[in-house]
Amino acid sequence: MINLDWSALTAIGILLGVFTLAPGLIWLERRLLALWQDRYGPNRVGPFGIFQVIADMIKIFFKEDWIPPFADKFVFFIAPGIIMLTVLMSFAVIPIAPGIGVMDINVGVLFFLAMSSLGAYSVVLGGWSSNNKYSLLGGLRAASQMISYEVFMGLSLLGVVAMAGSFNLREIVNAQAGMWNIVPQFFGFVVFTVAGLAEMHRLPFDIPEAESELVAGFHSEYSGMKFGMFFVGEYIGIVLISAVITTFFLGGWHGPFLPPLVWFFIKLFAFICFFILLRASLPRPRFDQLMSWGWKLMLPLAILNLVVTGAVLLAVRQGH
Amino acid sequence: MISIIKTIWTVILHMFGKRETVQYPDEKVKLRPRYRGRIILSRDPDGDERCVACYLCSAACPVDCISLQATEDEHGRRYPEFFRINFSRCIYCGLCEEACPTYAIQLTPDFEMSEPERPNLVYEKEDLLISGEGKYPGYHFYKVAGLKIKDKDKGEAENEDEPIDFKKLLP
Amino acid sequence: MVTIYIDDKSYEVEKGQNLLQAVLSLGLNLPYFCWHPALGSVGACRQCAVIQYRDEDDKEGNLIMACMQPVQDGMRISIEAAAARKFRASIIEWLMVNHPHDCPVCDEGGECHLQDMTVMTGHNYRKFRFKKRTHRNQYLGPFINHEMNRCIACYRCVRFYRDYAGGKDLQDMASHDYVYFGRSEEGILQSEFSGNLVEVCPTGVFTDKTLKKHYTRKWDLQSAPSVCHHCSLGCNTLVGERYNKAVRILNRYNRRVNGYFMCDRGRFGYEFTNSNKRIRKPIFEGKVEDFDRDSAAAKTSELLKDRSKVIGIGSPRASLEANFALKSMVGEHNFYSGLSARENKLARKILSILRNGPARPASLHDVETADAVFVLGEDLTNTAPMLDLAVKQAIRNKPIDDIQQIHIDRWNDAAIREYLQDEKGPFYLATPSWTKLDEFAAKTYRAAPDDIARLGYAVAHALDESSPAVEGLPDEIKTMAEEIAGALKNARQPVLISGMSMRSEAVIEAAANVARALCRDDRKADIVYTLPECNSMGTAFLGGYDLEKAFEDVENGTADTVIILESDLYRHADKTQVDKFLEKCANLIVVDYLKNRTSEGASAILPAAAFAEGDGTLINNEGRVQRFFQALNPDPILQESWRWIRDIMIKLDDKKAEKWKALDDISDAVLNSLEGINPKIEIAPSANFRINEQKIPRAPMRYSGRTAMYADKSVHEPKPPDDPDSPLSFSMEGFAGPRPSSLISFFWAPGWNSVQSVARYQQEVAGELKGGDPGVRLIEPGDHAKPEYFKTIPDAFKPRQDEFYFVPLYHIFGSEELSNEAEAVSELVPDAYLALNKRSAEKTGVSSRDKVKVSIKDGQISLPVKIMNSLPDNIAGIPVGLPGMNYFELPAFGKIAK
Repeated sequence: MINLDWSALTAIGILLGVFTLAPGLIWLERRLLALWQDRYGPNRVGPFGIFQVIADMIKIFFKEDWIPPFADKFVFFIAPGIIMLTVLMSFAVIPIAPGIGVMDINVGVLFFLAMSSLGAYSVVLGGWSSNNKYSLLGGLRAASQMISYEVFMGLSLLGVVAMAGSFNLREIVNAQAGMWNIVPQFFGFVVFTVAGLAEMHRLPFDIPEAESELVAGFHSEYSGMKFGMFFVGEYIGIVLISAVITTFFLGGWHGPFLPPLVWFFIKLFAFICFFILLRASLPRPRFDQLMSWGWKLMLPLAILNLVVTGAVLLAVRQGH
Repeated sequence: MISIIKTIWTVILHMFGKRETVQYPDEKVKLRPRYRGRIILSRDPDGDERCVACYLCSAACPVDCISLQATEDEHGRRYPEFFRINFSRCIYCGLCEEACPTYAIQLTPDFEMSEPERPNLVYEKEDLLISGEGKYPGYHFYKVAGLKIKDKDKGEAENEDEPIDFKKLLP
Repeated sequence: MVTIYIDDKSYEVEKGQNLLQAVLSLGLNLPYFCWHPALGSVGACRQCAVIQYRDEDDKEGNLIMACMQPVQDGMRISIEAAAARKFRASIIEWLMVNHPHDCPVCDEGGECHLQDMTVMTGHNYRKFRFKKRTHRNQYLGPFINHEMNRCIACYRCVRFYRDYAGGKDLQDMASHDYVYFGRSEEGILQSEFSGNLVEVCPTGVFTDKTLKKHYTRKWDLQSAPSVCHHCSLGCNTLVGERYNKAVRILNRYNRRVNGYFMCDRGRFGYEFTNSNKRIRKPIFEGKVEDFDRDSAAAKTSELLKDRSKVIGIGSPRASLEANFALKSMVGEHNFYSGLSARENKLARKILSILRNGPARPASLHDVETADAVFVLGEDLTNTAPMLDLAVKQAIRNKPIDDIQQIHIDRWNDAAIREYLQDEKGPFYLATPSWTKLDEFAAKTYRAAPDDIARLGYAVAHALDESSPAVEGLPDEIKTMAEEIAGALKNARQPVLISGMSMRSEAVIEAAANVARALCRDDRKADIVYTLPECNSMGTAFLGGYDLEKAFEDVENGTADTVIILESDLYRHADKTQVDKFLEKCANLIVVDYLKNRTSEGASAILPAAAFAEGDGTLINNEGRVQRFFQALNPDPILQESWRWIRDIMIKLDDKKAEKWKALDDISDAVLNSLEGINPKIEIAPSANFRINEQKIPRAPMRYSGRTAMYADKSVHEPKPPDDPDSPLSFSMEGFAGPRPSSLISFFWAPGWNSVQSVARYQQEVAGELKGGDPGVRLIEPGDHAKPEYFKTIPDAFKPRQDEFYFVPLYHIFGSEELSNEAEAVSELVPDAYLALNKRSAEKTGVSSRDKVKVSIKDGQISLPVKIMNSLPDNIAGIPVGLPGMNYFELPAFGKIAK
């Protein structure tokens, strides 16, 4: 018998949790979108249509896995793997509850930022290797979008880091025991949410896919389980961003009466639902609008937030 | 910014709205008479095929899913030897009905024609022909056309004079 | 060039034409009915009305008929003026008053000039409240369907049929709006050009009956440019296909060859491709086998292994490629042309005469523009029908040239015909019996072939003293010869017509002498020789031994295995000889598309593609090499003969054949093998020719039913087959714009769905096609060549006691092998007969319809007698090639017994 310690068990637990959460999200998203659009959504397969997910999964596993003859085969093959890998790696640093989490490192914030940046490769390589003009355009858009938004995504977190005085995510959560960061770091929260959406190219910022212009953007040529990996990667991304926001701005597992784990999941789901609501209500901006908001609005806002936070912190500390 | 929030709020309010979805197999859909569904071939008031195999429907079809071959009976009446619609290609646009000069081809309010096998969606003339006149009762192409057919000689169509005796030079 | 102003824009146009022609040549739309580019103007329909202004300040203008107005420098007209538009719309409205509500059941629909013009003028609603006049239809024979109700009385049909083609039995009858176009009594149309009514009629009065059997709209036809296979003239055609069947032939305009018209044999003969005599599966030892190409070729190649000597018999009706492939397979010394000794000799003689010049081989168009015609021995109506039509035009040239002083333009048809009445130019005709052209001839001469040749020699001598003189010529013939010589000498462009149909070398040489004599003083003369089959000239180019030698070889035992390519030997050699030959062959391999007597006992029969199913190259009588293209996709087991031979060669490890992957490869190899031919000539664009990287579509854009036509077999639409042989695609996909002239697969232009759209493909109306007329002439004799005269003048015909001199007679429907198997044509094929004049019949004691026994050399046949008074005494005629007829080596003496 293999001797599994507690941390290995939690790691496997989190992995499985994420894996079941992602397909569940597909169902949740379809139901919620339907709810906001005066429809029912999947409601035929099983209770509340919940088994639709299983049906879809079976379907996608049996779909023909086709690699276009004109594609760069190797790159085409590894691209969807990268996004899965990086997103899952990011989960390693998320503290779910006291004692529950994969690892606890003192540069957790940097690790998360590094991993989410690596995700850009997946999209860019997928778009490039497809050897298709739509995919290439999608890849190009993804590259510029993700690189731009990464800048102030990091900047927006620095306020939080400054307040906690640590890059360790558990310490950041613990620093919010009195007051959640969303209050003092409201601008940071807004900038991070927008940047997180853009980083995961989640609607309304799905400009690299933009089916109305680019067919399906970087994954036009993908089918079967390779497409499935992009798809699932995107949903895990949503979970990740929601978890990160919960950690940074909503006080992680902190909350009255209920156990910490439950609080974490309540916050997580609230955010996931919020993201789905955004998808249901907001139109996709133009690419140039996205870029100009990023550089002309978000970046100054993030810098201003950092400067003000720093100033306030300095003032408070000097006051002591 | 305000408009974005307003939008989101409006969307949230839709949670409480009435569902538009018709729970189709349990609940039947109400179809209007001019609904563009399954295509049929109708008959004229005498009970003969209305289709004269003019090929206009197949020419009008944007997905080229109508195919036919004209032939003639011993009295000179044109009809299709075969008439085939591949419903697995049909987009129910109704252009065939628009093009039909004899009201033969008509779209009906019926869409329940799913089949597990695609070949079953290929309808031949026997499958398309109905026994009635469909939406346009009373029209009889050969009664207005100049062509001679069984029981209708030259000059017997609507608005026609007796045939001329060309050997007579009188005015 | 003159400048005219149309709607205030200036255009440069050619002088001497009428305004309508000029407008159409400029690519502008102006509706018309009675005008036809080949028939000229009569100004009857009033449809082409435009407004003419006096000068720039004139705002009112006068209404004129564009077709009746010659273009003048500085002329100002308006097509778009409201008054002109309204006038034209009201003309159509009147024409449509009696037009029946027939379009959906009318065969013209979709390619109807009346539909096009109605749309063009904008008329759309019948306001006339009174009843429509109706007509009864007539049965007009197996080719033409008559639906008189649809007539708009433009008179084009009678103008073509009577005035242009010289027919008599179609006429206009009755008066005012009762006017009727038909025959006085129902019956088969007598003209050999009746099929053109289909194209001439602007609406659906005359339609193609053979198309009606499997009626399909024009937009659904997948068509390909083709070349007629039913005589040696090589008229350009369009083959239309639907549901893998050839369903019609249309004329394909080529100014140099067939212009706007073609003959009925060419138009309706195509039906042999659908005949039940077609070979559609390989047959081994009389057993039909379900083989694929590979196993059929393998099985055939086994018959050829370990054989002492294999010989190949080519065919004058097979393409150059097929003959060449066979020649390459068996080797030059084992290749036989498929012609009898005499045919072989005559065909090569014709080729050498044409090559040596100095007379130019004339195209059909050259004959049409000639002003003096001398025909030696040819019954053109039946051996080369389109030449008959060309001659009928040529005889009008001299009278028209002569009346230029009265300043009537050539296009002003009614005026010219009124002025000239029956005046005819010099046209002399020497044949053994009556021909349909007799009535147009200034003089006719009825005689045996040798006497015809003597007349020819005499004419040559009268033209040039240095040419050999004919001894012992009767005075009347001498005078006739002098008259003919005088007429030819005075002509601007004299043309000599002769050919192989008399099977007489002397006649051919005599014609050459006349042409050479005419060319003596650096003057020009044209010469035309007709040959029996579509690629007879190609066979002459390729060479090969004659059939008699093949018979000898097998008799001697030097050869035991014979490959016969698309040929019925019984049409080229005596029956008993062929019987013996086929008996003696150990292995007989036939590659053909029609079953015939030759293939009956073959060890292997391979199904070849007929002209509509394959591509190939033919050389016509003028030496014009032309490409025909595949129109339909037959069962894959049917393939071009050259492909069968190639496959067998590959099975036999013949390395040559491996290079012949597609038509271009073998076609280049053929050109390289021909002596004295520039192998670089482009017969048609090669298979990798593309416009904007696209192939040229065979089907028009509106082609329909693609996702349903084969859905009964499989719901997965088949991919259109690739065509490795040509730049044409088997679908509507491809380049939709202007295409090279040799790749025109249909005539269509926006707003012009009928064949009248051909004007948009021409550089100017009735001119050359854009990009030049297709086909390359291989024979262009040097101007200064002065070859010797032929000197072997035959003796005058001497009758023999108790014997008759038999000459061949021809029938447009019946004398040609392929069209005989066409359903409609076969209805008009006469029964075999023996023709005698009344005196000869009485002398032998036979009368009309008596069965007599004819014996010529070894051959014998029993035939009913037909009295033909135009035949000279002691000369009997027997028809060539009719079903049930045997081959005889004619002309020859023979006996008639009761």
